[in-house]
Amino acid sequence: MNLTLKVWRQQNPSDKGGFKEYKLSGISADMSFLEMLDVLNEDLSEKGEDPVHFDHDCREGICGMCSLYINGQPHGPTQTTTCQLHMRSFKDGDTITIEPWRANAFPIVKDLVVDRGSFDRIIQSGGYVSVNTGGVPDANEIPIPKIIADEAFDSATCIGCGACVAACKNASAMLFVSAKVSQLALLPQGKVEKRERAEKMVAQMDEEGFGACTNTGACSAECPKEIDLSNIARMNREYFAASLSTEKS
Amino acid sequence: MKLDSKIPNGPLAEKWTNHKFNVKLVNPANKRKYNIIVVGTGLAGASAAASLAELGYNVQAFCFQDSPRRAHSIAAQGGINAAKNYQNDGDSVFRLFYDTIKGGDYRSREANVYRLAQVSVNIIDQCVAQGVPFAREYGGLLANRSFGGAQVSRTFYARGQTGQQLLLGAYSALSRQVANGKVKLYPRTEMMDVVTIDGKAKGIVTRNLITGAVESHSGDAVLLCTGGYGNVFFLSTNAMGSNVTAAWRAHKKGAYFSNPCYTQIHPTCIPVSGDHQSKLTLMSESLRNDGRVWVPKTVEMAEKLRKKEIAPKDIKDEDRDYYLETKYPSFGNLVPRDVASRNAKYVCDDGRGVNETGEAVFLDFRDAILRDGEDAVRGKYGNLFDMYEKITGENPYKTPMKIYPAVHYTMGGLWVDYNLMTNVSGLYALGEANFSDHGANRLGASALMQGLADGYFVIPYTIGDYLAKHPNEKISVDHPEFKKCEEEVKAKIQNLLSINGSKTVDHFHKKLGKIMWNYCGMARNAAGLTKAKEMIKELKKEFWADVKVLGTGEELNLSLEKAHRVADFLELGELMVVDALHREESCGGHFREEHQTPEGEALRDDEKFAYVAAWEYAGDGKEEILNKEDLVFENVKLTQRSYK
Amino acid sequence: MSWVSKTLNSTLGKKLLMALTGLFLILFLVVHLAGNLQLIFPDEGKSFNIYAETMATNPLIRVVSILNFGFILLHAVYAVILTRHNKKSRPIGYAVSKASENSTWSSRSMGILGTLIFIFLLVHLRGFWYELKFGEVPMVTYDGVSYKDSFAIVSAAYQNILYVIFYVVSMGVLAFHLSHGFASAFQTLGINHTKYTPFIKKLGLAFAIIVPALFALIPIVMFIQGS
Repeated sequence: MNLTLKVWRQQNPSDKGGFKEYKLSGISADMSFLEMLDVLNEDLSEKGEDPVHFDHDCREGICGMCSLYINGQPHGPTQTTTCQLHMRSFKDGDTITIEPWRANAFPIVKDLVVDRGSFDRIIQSGGYVSVNTGGVPDANEIPIPKIIADEAFDSATCIGCGACVAACKNASAMLFVSAKVSQLALLPQGKVEKRERAEKMVAQMDEEGFGACTNTGACSAECPKEIDLSNIARMNREYFAASLSTEKS
Repeated sequence: MKLDSKIPNGPLAEKWTNHKFNVKLVNPANKRKYNIIVVGTGLAGASAAASLAELGYNVQAFCFQDSPRRAHSIAAQGGINAAKNYQNDGDSVFRLFYDTIKGGDYRSREANVYRLAQVSVNIIDQCVAQGVPFAREYGGLLANRSFGGAQVSRTFYARGQTGQQLLLGAYSALSRQVANGKVKLYPRTEMMDVVTIDGKAKGIVTRNLITGAVESHSGDAVLLCTGGYGNVFFLSTNAMGSNVTAAWRAHKKGAYFSNPCYTQIHPTCIPVSGDHQSKLTLMSESLRNDGRVWVPKTVEMAEKLRKKEIAPKDIKDEDRDYYLETKYPSFGNLVPRDVASRNAKYVCDDGRGVNETGEAVFLDFRDAILRDGEDAVRGKYGNLFDMYEKITGENPYKTPMKIYPAVHYTMGGLWVDYNLMTNVSGLYALGEANFSDHGANRLGASALMQGLADGYFVIPYTIGDYLAKHPNEKISVDHPEFKKCEEEVKAKIQNLLSINGSKTVDHFHKKLGKIMWNYCGMARNAAGLTKAKEMIKELKKEFWADVKVLGTGEELNLSLEKAHRVADFLELGELMVVDALHREESCGGHFREEHQTPEGEALRDDEKFAYVAAWEYAGDGKEEILNKEDLVFENVKLTQRSYK
Repeated sequence: MSWVSKTLNSTLGKKLLMALTGLFLILFLVVHLAGNLQLIFPDEGKSFNIYAETMATNPLIRVVSILNFGFILLHAVYAVILTRHNKKSRPIGYAVSKASENSTWSSRSMGILGTLIFIFLLVHLRGFWYELKFGEVPMVTYDGVSYKDSFAIVSAAYQNILYVIFYVVSMGVLAFHLSHGFASAFQTLGINHTKYTPFIKKLGLAFAIIVPALFALIPIVMFIQGS
């Protein structure tokens, strides 16, 4: 198939950037979206032009490194990661607009590459159970109801890609943060610190400059791992309970 | 150099306990004086960095991805083995040890494998304590499944995302230490070289992938946890960024590279669909529990399939060749990975492949659906079927899946002793980056186990022994060795940028991949390997004369990053071929056509080849030197693997 | 910073204020509607006038009404603060956006809907609350007690067709605002449960349709009656 691509090009963070148009032909429907970009980049390289920079790594939908806002939706028209999006989702003659994630807390590095270090810093603020290696009880010491373990698993499947932030009209990171808060609040191992964790992670989220949640549900609707909005409600509960109950002023 | 594996004395079951007692300890107050450099943040790297920081060491952790959480350990699907015997089905540390040694076709060290089996039980405890949501039974206790042909249920799992959950667990522990100030994180930073001073590893030189800055970092020990080198084949199940650069640069600084020819080809991957393909996707091995593997009995019929003149369902049962079931009546479709892969190759070489490229076999669920119903099949494999449909556009409930083997894991790697230290003092290799535990073939659900064993439970003990014996001396990054190394790295970058040839980096990578796959893949022979060696040499020359790397060194530059990696793959590829050529036997993932049983199975030569080949870099353009570490088996009897 | 201001200054705290004030205003709508429906009782405005008098004089109602004004302002002020914060969180927008694929129009338009409601409130307060409190209102006598004839003011106002249209359109705006706001407030308060949330959502939708519809019915009926 033949396609027209409108791709955001930006040399570096301080460059103003803008769209550039490319024509591509001979694209097979079996290609993944990123393989289509590989074709573009090989073309550009052969012509001596700087290839389009974009993040990607595992190409099987699990590492969370690929991003891209494709035709007005994060990861494109299907609810999956960009690496699992295939060209059969497009038609011959389509124009495809490709933009980077847009958020204050995800500054652009180059072209379509953004810096999601803010997510790492949020996890560092409390997204863990404070146990050291060794000296832990036997794995079967604390039984966990299957339904709770499954629910925690659903929250834990977040791949940290940032599509939730990209989709949200407020660039809010609530779905990402709440998925981790939920996973650990549900499991007995994480319950010990659940209050402090919610407080710390919310504080860090705010400090990073993410927007506030207005419950539009866009995050969950676009999340490639279908993380549920109930996580956000749970985090709200945990946070307010923490504010009211933790014993420090 | 004499290779000393430093295996402790005493009976097998007591070696590790005794060793832990005998190693020297670093005083808690002194630990904070030591700097440890960890390269790679996958299961091995993240668990090592977190555990060492918890002990009080200062850790600097490096990864080329934008976050430690992206490391490719995240993509492991199936599960993690542990000798917990929760199922009361006769599992034990010794049985896990035995299965692993046997599965590795008797080419790994007994002591290392036994230790791995011992600490496997601690890993599960540790992960659960971190909040890893393993699958559970209704009673609330952990669930297990049998995996990869094991006769006991010892695999712990988290749906099909076990690697993700374990990695996020290790990443959370690492993040906690970052917050504590004990780990300094360097994302988007690639290691370019190891710096050795007086024969000891004292630091690394890195390139900041955003700014292009070449920088030095000094430390008292360097841990390489940089994964495997499957991407030497261009197409593999590895992530796009997975590379051998760190291990290879260490090799060129004196670390021996062991058994590079041991590569694992996974039998159930989605076949290549065209030249544009950038990577291969694994379908979990569990599919072979219910799927039946077949191809048509005749070439004519296969040709009709390829031309789409007939559909698979038009082929009657008597015209189908369920070749695994016929050849291996007792294991059937569940034979180990290497056997399943090789047989797929045979039938396709025979002209009976079923897709356009002729390189695919069917994995058919028709009978399972008839027997158990579509819902039951959906319940077990729904997510895998969805994934398959997303990628191929075909519905596997209606028409059989097509699969073909693909490069998946590399058992070879840097040579390490029992302490996980390479032959270079202070330089360690953990996880897939080392060679130690899987011999010539890795069993399913054992990679995660090894990565975490090395990081959580081995290195925290063994590194202390080295550090305690080497009082720390701060070495400034202004030391001439660091400066010299930086200059070399910069010169190499400049060199790559200045060639300004006519072919892209991927062009060379694809060519190399084809050579490796055709001559050093599932089946190898002397003539092919000899030819491949020459071809790689030619390709390497061509690369350095005609590669085109655009942009500058002072920015985010993907083609420059790739060029470095491919340059190293070219050198590694040659060594793999040399290793495969020298090993005149078949074992596990290394199958030499000249050495097979009358039934076409791998034929080992324990007399001559029961050793680890540890290759020593001899200088540019020189043949590498072979060092041998003899493998001594005191607790298992070497037998011919049979799955009939 | 005290824990109270720390909590309320977080994005979650601000949302909490939005939700709590919003829920209060939802309750207020019910009370207000119950009173106003008396306008279309066929009793020449008697029950409405008595009700209006009570509302104006009962001390408890007085306190609640001050609170009500306060909450409206708080709801509006925090909406402005949050919107500004949210705008800053994405300084550069997308060239192409298909938000309709992932969210409802009303959920994305709470700011503009709220602003329209605020304008309506100003007109509404100027037209009735101000008139009744400070304007010249004729008196009526029921059973020997004299009351302000609030009914007369209202029914006069609703003879203006433009005024009626303005009211009906504003109630439409309110409906959209509520269709997201009702359930959203519960979500913000952390009330989300597989068993109850579907009910809350349905209730919210029913509320968003029925309450504004009844409000809109009043001017329509009175316009028809008057002409």
